[in-house]
Amino acid sequence: MTKKTYINGVGCISTQKTFDTVFLEEARVNHDENVLAIVTPAYKEYISPAASRRMAKGVKNGIVASALAMKDANTENVDAIITGTGLGCIEDSEKFLKSILDNKEEFLTPTSFIQSTHNTVGAQIALLQQCKGYNFTYVNGAVSFESALIDAKMQIEEDEANSILVGGVDENGDYTTALFKLNGRIKQDNQAPYDVLTSKTSGAVYGEGASFFVLENERKENTYAELLDVYIINTLEENEVESALKSFLKSNNVEVSDIDAVVLGFDGNADFENYYKNLAENTFAQTPVLYYKHLSGEYDTASAFAFWMASKVLKTQGIPEIVKVNKVSKPAYKTILLYNQLNGKNHSFTLLSK
Amino acid sequence: MKGVAITGMGIISAIGNSVEENYISLIENKIGVSRIQNISTVHADVIKVGEIKKTNDELISELELNEDNNFSRTAMIGTLAAKQAVENAGITSINEFRTGLISATSVGGMDMTEKHYYDYFEKPELVKYITCHDGGDVAEKIAEELGLKGMVSTISTACSSAANSIMLGARLIKTGKLDRVIVGGADALAKFTINGFKTLMILSDDYNKPFDNNRKGLNLGEAAAFLVLESDEIVKKQNKKVLARVSGYGNANDAYHQTASSENGDGAYLAMKKAFEVSGLQPSQIDYINVHGTATPNNDLSEGRAINRIYNGENVPDFSSTKPFTGHTLAAAAAIEAVYSVLAIQNNVVYPNLNFETQMEEFDLTPQTSLKNKNIEHVLSNSFGFGGNCSTLIFSKS
Repeated sequence: MTKKTYINGVGCISTQKTFDTVFLEEARVNHDENVLAIVTPAYKEYISPAASRRMAKGVKNGIVASALAMKDANTENVDAIITGTGLGCIEDSEKFLKSILDNKEEFLTPTSFIQSTHNTVGAQIALLQQCKGYNFTYVNGAVSFESALIDAKMQIEEDEANSILVGGVDENGDYTTALFKLNGRIKQDNQAPYDVLTSKTSGAVYGEGASFFVLENERKENTYAELLDVYIINTLEENEVESALKSFLKSNNVEVSDIDAVVLGFDGNADFENYYKNLAENTFAQTPVLYYKHLSGEYDTASAFAFWMASKVLKTQGIPEIVKVNKVSKPAYKTILLYNQLNGKNHSFTLLSK
Repeated sequence: MKGVAITGMGIISAIGNSVEENYISLIENKIGVSRIQNISTVHADVIKVGEIKKTNDELISELELNEDNNFSRTAMIGTLAAKQAVENAGITSINEFRTGLISATSVGGMDMTEKHYYDYFEKPELVKYITCHDGGDVAEKIAEELGLKGMVSTISTACSSAANSIMLGARLIKTGKLDRVIVGGADALAKFTINGFKTLMILSDDYNKPFDNNRKGLNLGEAAAFLVLESDEIVKKQNKKVLARVSGYGNANDAYHQTASSENGDGAYLAMKKAFEVSGLQPSQIDYINVHGTATPNNDLSEGRAINRIYNGENVPDFSSTKPFTGHTLAAAAAIEAVYSVLAIQNNVVYPNLNFETQMEEFDLTPQTSLKNKNIEHVLSNSFGFGGNCSTLIFSKS
């Protein structure tokens, strides 16, 4: 029999205070800014000051989030580390590229180049933990984190690993966010107040963060949820989403009516909100609908924040008011579905159960 | 059946624009390492590179792209190679089976980012290239050009990336998640990587000499290659020709240093060991090792030691690095060398490790220096990357 996959530890660094808190009780929606920055954890508790100085914030956040997840899972070693990141270590990439261009390819030092590779986070975690096991990094936009989840689940099912650290991490770089404002990926500066659900403009409010999880093949006392399935598909038209979703549920012997909450990736980009709206207003009209990008901001691995949120809902059996889209509630939360996409591409369905 | 069937291949590199051209160059010692032409860099007179001698305009017209396209060079060579692979596999209806695409890249569309970085704010016509920077952009473009709608993802583990995309593809088929996966990688030359490797002082000013005692470093290269992996059900149903099989794979982390390999090649050793476990083969059954062999002092020492550990220092099979032909094509390298491994199996040849003169003083390992004809049943191919990422693939005759 194939092994089942359990979420046994979580760690989240985000634009909200998601560490040293219970579950979003201190969360607040920022309506004034179009680029949100993380709430910084005490790095010095996890990384030596000397090492910390050389590290970009994404690397540091990844290290802290993974340490939190390991501690939460009461695990000291994992067999594999699998990371998803959309833009990787963009700050160091910017830094190295700028010095190439500004200094006409002279007087360069290697530090920022070394740290610019997309797999730096996974590599640094492996280095700190002396983990010589399997180590992959996925970099495919909005499905980077879900690709890592699929890989991890396959490893556990095939008995290739018992315990895996899986995470999604992205950081904001100043120049890149300026470019994203220019090409419309980020909402324009003068459009505040920003609101995700009522937005009439294109683009999104941007964020950053790192969420890591310990996935294991055993249910334990501290288990949050079972990861039932993850599915990614590159292209779906608006009118194809519902049937794709239903066939995903069907392959897991789950009906729409079995879903106790659905977490949707609403990001305030009016051009593509119908992908979510159609589901929220029709398929899941009688289901608690949750959203999160008003808290986390949009970024390629923001869906890892949603994964964290869904894990928390299943464990605490409660939904914070601040993430509710509708007024529907359930006496108990057993099965949760997550759906995300970006600009009509890179769709993902993730199914969790208590 | 041992392993996952390979039913199609496509490649574009400094030594040829097709599988056939690449093979002819390999057996006729036609190298692709030369002076750089397509990128203006202050290092042009110092470095040698494995460059595809086609301009972006030539690639655009070859692909028949619209004028308003926003393809990076990486996406263009990736699309060319992927299209060849799909055609070679005789696929006419791409979404007929559950088909996926797993690509690999080191710096995505950096070639466009670095070209236009400061001009974006002045020239609105360039803004379309901003999204090219994304690591997943190349795979997205290839998927669109192929009309592929299913699972699309990208792996970036530096210079081992494409080995990992092949590994993932094989696992997706083995576990029954997909029926068919197009796997490989693409990387175009960029000032970013040229200067990065330059600052690390591992670029040779001469032709690279893998496993030579006097090796001075690597030559960078650009290339793209894709392979089509298919389930045995499809192979049977469509009576497909199987070129070779992916019979083993292993991935491990050296956990030693962000950019350097450990002295004893722990990661490399573990990756090879796992690949043997998956394949069920013994090291003695390998007929040819296509080594990573970048010709940096560090890599070849670490890799050689790891190979010696696997073979207990004796009867190491014929081995060679093909990087003197192509340069080190970074994230694409393992896909390029997968194509070469399959060609070695099909044609029963061991390629020469060019430029080799003097054996390394640390161990008793001499690469094959001339073309050798012999029966090849199993090829082992290594690829290692920054971040301690070590990967091994084993290919076998079908």
